[in-house]
Order: sequence, then C-alpha cells, then structure tokens
Amino acid sequence: MKKIISKLGIILLLVAGLGTLLFFVKVFKIASELENADEFSVSMVTDGGGINDQSFQQSAWEGLQRFSKSTGTHVSYIECAQISDAFSNLDKLSDVNTNLIYAVGFKMADALKLAAKANPEINFCIADFSYGDETPENITGITFRAEESSFLVGYIAACTTKTNCVGFIGGIRGMVIDQFEYGYRAGVAYGAKKLNKDIMVKVQYAESFTDSAKGKAIATNMYGTGSEKDCDIVFHAAGGAGMGVIESAKETGNFAIGADMDQSYLAPKNVLTSSIKNVGMALEIISQKALDGENIGGKTYSFGIQEGCVGIPENNPNISQDVLEKVRKIQEKISSGEIVPPGTKENYDEFVNKTINNLNI
Amino acid sequence: MTKSIANFLKKPFICTCIAVFFGCLVACLILLITGYSPAMSLAVMFNAIFSRPKFIVNIILKSTPIILTGISVAFAFKSGLFNIGSEGQYIFSTVISTIVGIVFDFHPIIQIPLVVFSGVFAGALLGGIVGFLKAKFGIHEVITSIMFNWIALYFCNFIANSQMFHKPESDGTYSINPSGFTLLMYDWKFSDDGVRFFKQNPFWGDIILKTDFNVNFLVAVFASILMWVFVYRTRKGYELRVTGLNPIAAENAGINVNKNIIYTMIIAGALSGLAGSLSITGTSSHNVHVLSTFENNGFNGLSVALIAGSSPIGCIFAGLMFSAFIYAGQTLQFKTGAPSEIVNIMIGVIVFFVALVKIIPIIVNRFLEKRGNA
Amino acid sequence: MEISKKYAVQMRGITKYFGNTKALDSVDLDIEKGEIHAILGENGAGKSTLMNILYGLYSADGGEIYLNGEKVYIKNPNSAIWNGIGMVHQHFMLIEKFSVLQNIVLGNETTDKFGIINMREAKKKVLDIIDKYGMKVDLKKKVKNISVGMQQKVEILKALYRGADILILDEPTAVLVPQEIDELMDVIENLKKDGKTIVIITHKLKEIKKSSQKCTIIRKGKFIECIDVKSESEQSLAEKMVGRKVKLLVDKSKANPGEKVFEIKNLTVKCEKGVERVKNLSLEVHRGEIYGLAGVDGNGQKELLECIISKKYAVSGQILINGKEIQNTSVRNVLNNKVSVIHEDRHKDGAILDMSVADNAILEKYREYPFNQRGFLIYEERDKFTKKLIKEYDIRPVDCEYTKIRNLSGGNQQKLIIGREIANDPELLIAVQPTRGLDVGAIEYVHKTLINLRDKGKAILLISLELDEILSVSDKIGVIYDGSIIGELDQEEADENNVGLLMAGGNKND
Repeated sequence: MKKIISKLGIILLLVAGLGTLLFFVKVFKIASELENADEFSVSMVTDGGGINDQSFQQSAWEGLQRFSKSTGTHVSYIECAQISDAFSNLDKLSDVNTNLIYAVGFKMADALKLAAKANPEINFCIADFSYGDETPENITGITFRAEESSFLVGYIAACTTKTNCVGFIGGIRGMVIDQFEYGYRAGVAYGAKKLNKDIMVKVQYAESFTDSAKGKAIATNMYGTGSEKDCDIVFHAAGGAGMGVIESAKETGNFAIGADMDQSYLAPKNVLTSSIKNVGMALEIISQKALDGENIGGKTYSFGIQEGCVGIPENNPNISQDVLEKVRKIQEKISSGEIVPPGTKENYDEFVNKTINNLNI
Repeated sequence: MTKSIANFLKKPFICTCIAVFFGCLVACLILLITGYSPAMSLAVMFNAIFSRPKFIVNIILKSTPIILTGISVAFAFKSGLFNIGSEGQYIFSTVISTIVGIVFDFHPIIQIPLVVFSGVFAGALLGGIVGFLKAKFGIHEVITSIMFNWIALYFCNFIANSQMFHKPESDGTYSINPSGFTLLMYDWKFSDDGVRFFKQNPFWGDIILKTDFNVNFLVAVFASILMWVFVYRTRKGYELRVTGLNPIAAENAGINVNKNIIYTMIIAGALSGLAGSLSITGTSSHNVHVLSTFENNGFNGLSVALIAGSSPIGCIFAGLMFSAFIYAGQTLQFKTGAPSEIVNIMIGVIVFFVALVKIIPIIVNRFLEKRGNA
Repeated sequence: MEISKKYAVQMRGITKYFGNTKALDSVDLDIEKGEIHAILGENGAGKSTLMNILYGLYSADGGEIYLNGEKVYIKNPNSAIWNGIGMVHQHFMLIEKFSVLQNIVLGNETTDKFGIINMREAKKKVLDIIDKYGMKVDLKKKVKNISVGMQQKVEILKALYRGADILILDEPTAVLVPQEIDELMDVIENLKKDGKTIVIITHKLKEIKKSSQKCTIIRKGKFIECIDVKSESEQSLAEKMVGRKVKLLVDKSKANPGEKVFEIKNLTVKCEKGVERVKNLSLEVHRGEIYGLAGVDGNGQKELLECIISKKYAVSGQILINGKEIQNTSVRNVLNNKVSVIHEDRHKDGAILDMSVADNAILEKYREYPFNQRGFLIYEERDKFTKKLIKEYDIRPVDCEYTKIRNLSGGNQQKLIIGREIANDPELLIAVQPTRGLDVGAIEYVHKTLINLRDKGKAILLISLELDEILSVSDKIGVIYDGSIIGELDQEEADENNVGLLMAGGNKND
C-alpha cells in the first residue's frame, strides 16, 4: 500500500514538474513574441492617486475608455505608487509605440518635461497644467477654465442664500485655486446685482489639500449659528480638505458646493451643486485631435463650458427650477462669450468695474 | 544521494529561489481566478525586467533606497532591535536634505556631501532618539518608531506646504539646487547635443538619458559591504551581535547593553537617512511632496531585510528582486490591465513565501527522518 | 520476562531515532504494580525519551507497550491519560495567573448540561484526593504565589485528578530543597500504599536508595540492567550508570587559606520593588579557599551576585577585591578587577547559544589584544585560543570550534565556560550552581577543576542550592537566609543536619 502511494506521489511530482516546465516554455515563447502592435494607442499616468480615486484620475480614465470604445483605439494606464516614479513610468509608456501619453495632474510637470526631452518622437500631454510660452514642441498643455463653472455655482449660491452671506474655502493659494475663488466671487457679485441684494463672501484657505479636519473646522466656523453674517452656503476647492466642509454642512444642516466632480453622493441633501471639471472629456477631445492627425504639440488648450468640460451636474434636486432656468441662460452667455468670468484678482476687479456696474436690472 | 539533494535544498539561496517559484505559482493561480492569463502575465513581467537595458538600469536605480533601508533594518535586527522606524527616518532625511539643498548652493564638491550628510544626520538623529528612549526609559522601540513615522510624515507635509519652501502650482517644495545632484552627466544629457548623441547611440540613451542615471547604487553596495565588515569583522560588531542574541549574557560579559542600543539605532537611522538623502540627490524631482500616505520606502526595507535573512550582502539581491517585482508589476498593470491590487497581492504572496523559507529545512529534515535517515 | 498481568507497564524493544542518532536502542522495561521504580541514567542517556514515549509525547520507531498485560497503542498524551498514565515534567506546565484549583481542573472540567464548569464538585473531588494522600495545598492561591515544591504537588494532583494509576515523575527533586524532598518522599510513599505505580526518572543516587525498590539503568540509549535497589550500593549504581569507575566523594586535601582576597562589608541591596533582599551581609573569601554559600533559593543569592558584579547597585556597604572597592561601578570594571563568574543558567546568562564555540570562547576577552587589533577581530587568534581551551578542558567533539554552542552537550558547554572564566586568570572565581543539570561524570570534572584552582591559590566563592555539593567541595560554609549570613561553619563541623537547619532559618545553637 505504502509503496503504491509513494509511486503515485513520484508520478504526480513528475507530471507537475513537466507541467511547470511546459508552462515556462510557453511563458518564454510568449515573451519572445511580445511585439508591439503598430496601431494608434493612447495611455496615461496617474500622479500617485489610483485609477479608482472617485475624482480626477477616474474621470480621466473613463474619458480614455469612452474614446477607446468609439474609435477602437488601444488605451492603457500606469499608476505611480510614488511621485518619483513619474519619470520612469512616462518613459516606460514611450517604449511601446504609444502615440500620445497623458500625465494626469500638475504634480508631474517637472518629470514630464524631462521625459519629453528624452523621447522627442512622442507626443505628451499634461492635464491641469500649462508651461505657458515655454511649452516644448512635443507637449500639449490642458487647462480648465474653472472660473466658468465657479461663476455658475457662485450665481446659484447668490440666488439660494437666505442669510446673504456665502463662503469659500480653498486648499492652498495658487493659480488654479484662484480661478475657483474669483470665478465664484464674480458669480456671487453678478447674482447679487441681478437680485439687487448685498451678499458678503467670506474667503479662507485651509493651507492643505488633505487636512479634512481643518476644512471642517473652518466650515463650521463659517456656518456659525445661522444668524445674520453667518454663511449658509460654502463652496470648497480644497480637495480632500473639502470632505470636511461637506461633513460640516451635513452636521449643521447647511449647503456646501462640491468641486471637481459631482459630490452630491457624499451628502445628497446638503450638497447644493458641484463645480465640475470633466477631465475625461478634455482627454477625449485631445485624443480625437491627435487621431485626426492634427498637430497639437507646443500648445496649451483651455477647456471651458463651450467644450463641455466644466459645468454643473445634470441633476440638481436642491436647486429650484426657477434658478436653474436662469443658470441655463447664463451658461449660454458664457459659452457665447458674452460673459467672461474672471480667473485672477486683476480680471475680477475689472469684471466688477465694467460688467457688473454697467449691468441693467 | 537523497542526503546531498537535501543539503542542497537547505541552502538559504536555494530556499529563497524555491520560495519565489512557489510565490509565482500562487500568483498565477490568483491571476487565473481573476481572469488574466498567467502565462501572458509572467511573460510580460519577464520582459519588463530583462528585455531592455533601460529596464535593468531602472530596477537597479529604484532598488537603491530599499537596499539601504533593508540594511538598516537588517543591521538593527542583528542587535536585537526592530527598526520599523526606517520609514520615518527615510522621510525625515529627505525633508532635511531638501531644505539644506535649497538653502545652500556651494560647489558640488561641497554641496553633495553637505546634502547627503545632512540627511544621514537627520536619520541618525531620529534613530538615536528612539534608541535613547529605549535604553534610558525602556520604551519599546516599535512604539516610538511608529510614532516617529507619523511625526516625520506630518513634518514633511508641513515643510512641503510652508511659505518658504512650497513651490507654487505644485504640491511639493522647490527642487534642490542642481549643484547637489548626483545624477551623472545631468546637464549634458538633456542638452540638444546630448539628445542628438543618444539618438545615434540608443543603447547608451536607454541607460543614461531615459533613466535617472546615478551612482547611488554603488554607494548602497559599498554600504552593505561596509556593514558586513562592521558586523562580522570588528570588535564593535561582535559586541552588537552578542547583545542581539543574548542581552543578559552580554551584560554579564561587561558589555554596556544600553549604550549599544543607542549606537545601533543611530547607525540604523543613518543608513535609512542615507537612503533618503540619496533619493533626493539622485532621482528627479529632487524635492519632497505632500504625502497623504507612506511611500513604503522604509516598510519595503523590512521585507527586503526579511527576504535577505538579515544579511547585509543579501539585502543587495533581495532589494534588486523586490525592486524588479514592483517595476514589472507596474508594466503588467498597463500591458494586461490587471489592477494594481492584484499586482500587490502577487508581490505580497511572493514575500510571504520567502518568509516561509525557514520551513523548507524543517520539511527536508522531516522527510529525512521519515525515510530513516537514508 | 514474559508479558503478565502482574506488571503495570511493560515495554519491549523500544527504539527511537532523533535525526541520525539512535536515542533508544531496543529498550525493555518491566514495572510491577504498586512499586516505586527508578529509571537511572546519565544526562542524555534516553530515560526521559523513554518516558515521553510511554506518555505519548513521542512515537516510537519500534517496539511494543503493554499495560496490565495488554498491548496498547499510545498515540498522544490524551490516550495515555485515558489509559491511566500521568506525568509530571521537569519544567512544570502550569498557568501562573490561574489559581491552584483552576490549574488542576483545567482541561478536564466537569460541566453541567449547559457547558458551565461545576467548580464546587471539582473542588470536592480535589479535596478528597488531598485528604487521602496528605498533601498540604492551598487551592485558592495563584500558582505564581506558591513555592516550587507546592507547584510540583499541584502537578501531581493534576495527574491524580485525571485518574492516573501510573505516575511518571521526571527529575522531581532537581528544584527542591532538602525539606521539600522529604515531603515529596512522604507523598510518594502514600501513593504507593494506595496501590499506585510510580516511575521516577533521576540521576541522583541517594534518592533512589531512599525511595525506590527497583531500578532500571539505561546507558547511551541501551537497556543495561534492572536491579533490586536494596542489594546495591550507591557506588555500584553509579558505576553501572556511567559504565566506569567513578569517585563519588570529592577527593581533596585540606585547605591552606592565605590572605584575604575578597570581602563584603555590611552590604544591603534592594530589588526592583524596593524590598531589601540582601540585608547587612558580610563575608570574606581567602586565597586558596572555597567558600560555599548555602541557602534555599530566593534568600538573596541572586541579588547578592548581581550586586557583586555591579549589575545592581548597593544601597549601602562595600565590596572589596584585594582592598579595592568595586561596588556600584560597572560589570566591565568588576571583570577588569579579575573577578570571574560561572553563571547559574549557562543558556541564559553565560553563553550565546546561536554563536559558535569560538565566538563564545572570547566573550569576555574580545576587546583585549591579540583578539582585538585596531578595532578588528583577529579570527586566527580567536581560533587558536579556542583550540587551546578545547584541548585543555577536553571539550567534545574535538573539532567543534565552528559549531554553534547550542549543539554541544550541557557538560561540554559548561567545560567551555569554566575554561573561559579560568583563562581570565581571576583573583576570585564565583561559581553559581556550576553542576546544574550535569551528569555524574561532568560533575566530577567540574569539582576537580574547582579544587585544582583552589590549590593554585585562587579564591573561590561557590553559591549553590545543592547541599551535597556545598558540603563536599567547600572549605568554609556560610548559610544565607533572608538576605543575611546566619551562620558560618568549617567543613569539618558541617553536616546535612546543621546546615539544613540553618537554611530553614533555624539558629545554629539550637
């Protein structure tokens, strides 16, 4: 009996060994045959956040997937575990006949510049960043006119506030967040003028894009006790810190306005609306241009309401139909260039002086 | 015959290879279950490691910090301490070297040592405090180390956001001054001449232009040899080993155990610090960023030390292997679309099996016993 | 002998391998019902292995076991217990934080139909057993608060509670003081009267003579002889165990004490809890003299030693070596003043088990020339030194300098440590339980070495819990009780009775 078992064992072992051997032969065969298909392909690199980050990266990847579905293009991505992997990952994608490589996120700006230099034959594109006049030949910049959507949510806030006081909480001061702040301020001012009200805007920065506890503390302070001079609507442009803002709105029963994507799922009753930045859409547009053979290098594209890349969500159950109707009109005006929301302090001052003061009621 | 095979199987290196093999096997099973072709995946990983000189160079470059943190952990382990604070020492070191690298701008001959040693010192300081607390008050090093990991993380975020060092339109600090770079031919390779030259010599372009080509790896190898000599050939190393294996007997032999704890932690901290400062000088983007979570340079060092069986020399190979898996894992992700979680599980399984290596000699012995000592 | 119902246990041709070594080679054992049977053998002879096979901890590679004339297969301790076999191990297996009763009941709880332990019934059952055999045990106390002798009784109770008819005791007296040994003997006698069969594993000849009727001798895994204890002398038992002629009595000339080398004056030491463990203790050791410090464990010996080597600081008092104060300095300083220590627990205090013999040999010398040159260890010098020790002290195997010291036998480990300490050329050698766990041959060797050292004019302080050792080796005997020396005797006037009395705290003049 024992002998039979041991013999069976040996036979099993041999079969397993042979199996693995064959398997590895197959592996090496595939490895030697792994050729890169010579077709148009697009890929992207994330900036430390994963592909399922419920935000920027996810939106970008969904955009590429839509593009792949409609055109049959091969799309792929790499996640950076660390931001210091950015250079090697961008470069890695360049090995496989990828025609267009996206760096999603401004964090990769420095790494991309080097990768583009090392791979002059490949087109790169960075989302949410502009090299300005120094844009290299093979890099395309994508920026978003976040001031346009911020203008819209500012207008909605002005129409909805009952205390005539609204708030803005930013992450860290910078060009991108300035767009949000001044677009929002302009929207509020525009709405106030239209309604002939006097609405105050409280602005504070969390000095962080991650510290949600701090965001919550600032927001709770802004909401106060609900009396005069206390905000009842706060717009955040503070990334992870903004989660605290929405949490505070939920606890105090006030409204918050989300940023980057439709954040109403976080607190359906307390998120008034969101200022959306549709990265995926922008990536689709650029990819289409590249596929059509258009020369996109060395330029910076700016995307706004007109291209459908920023805006507010389709469903806004917390906003009255009346206000939504007005918003739709303003959206059209922005799209047509009749209203140009400001994205910097200078433009904002100019906007207040020229547009708002001359506004006929 | 059976016996010679058994002895062969008991060798640590062979054990590790067997573990990697079984790790891959289980990883294949996971891939199969989740619906990805194992053969294809392994082939992709194989290619991602060996198919181009660039890949190999990149793996070597990326292994440098984890080799060094690995040596740090291994060394502390030799003296009976568990340096889980290697992560914090690494982060603290990157922050301090970045600050020093931004504030000062001397000739490279002064600047590079200055930046590197400031980081080494920072790591040593953190390690030293942990050692001091253990020696003086008996607070367990794991507890203090974990605390320091978080302190270092938030200190890093504080510096990255501070008025003085924060670079606008980014989430990090400015880069250090180029005089502190340990990249080779940095200025030339990105110049027009350089790019043209490498276009004609794609092999060298692959290695030098397309990677952060630097000398850090050599430093890591040198450090591991140095640590080997220190541990196994010097009087102090003997003392530390004795302390690690039996602190009571060490004390009875007139060895000052508490002093050795502090020394050990200082040296271990310095090694993790070296890993940190070399990353700052040697890899783009030469700065620190806001960290939302640990980047695992130190924690991977724990795994490396484990795989290497706490041997400083073994850390070189373990670090290279680990680095290769991470690097190939990223390629696997974009080639086959397997989510990063699966790749991480694969790496985890392989590390798990390597940790199980100690079982192999036991299994072999049991087998021999059953066979009546053939 | 044929298989018969007369015998409680019969083992036939038991063979067991450990790796490549044959630990037991076809051993036979016959134990009659209701007798006290000793199993005698040197350390490593295989006596514990044999009993572990009977108790089901190991499985034999060959042979048969019969209980009451019937063949049984004992797969694990549970089936051993079911067959009425109980075992008390050398290292007790008790849970310190549990009470005595809980420990006894643990693993064999009487429960009601809801699965709740019925402690009252269990207690009644235990109390019955206690009454029957006259064991004084407080069931309520926690195990960590009772003495070692008590713990042993708890172990015995545990076995009896499970209904053991055959009780195996592994080295039961190794940890006991003389008075406790007597108590144990009484308990065993009571058990025997009740018809229980008792097997004692030991290498102590005196106890065998005192307690047992029959004795099976095992040497190097082989069955040697089963003999009637009454008819044999201790000397002949020892010779059969070791297999050659041995000297049981230590052969030594009269001491010739010289000048004072080591002196402790009015020393007081506190333990971590702030309790004074050494109280106003004074003693002197002279050149060419072995001073034996006797006492029951836990009377301040540990603290005294730690204070002498400066691991612990004294509250008051002085320690002088050749007139130089060394108290409250550092271990290093004490060693530098030529004090060497052979520690009690060589695994814990003296050796680095996972290092090679050579590395262990230089443990206290590694920082001296020629082992240390400019910060580097010179391995050639280390090996040379180790080879010298191996040769001088007859350490086996001869080529062991690179093997881990863990793999050496206890006797050879101790030889290395003694050699290492003597190589320090000490003025004072402190030997704490230097023969703990060693077999007769090794004990003889250690004692001879200590006496040779004395004759060379060194001072030796012997701290031991084994009264026999103190009595036979020392020239002068001091008894420590509750942190003080309560009596000093010369070797001639000391005997088991008066020293034993002092150890228990009695007055010398009573």
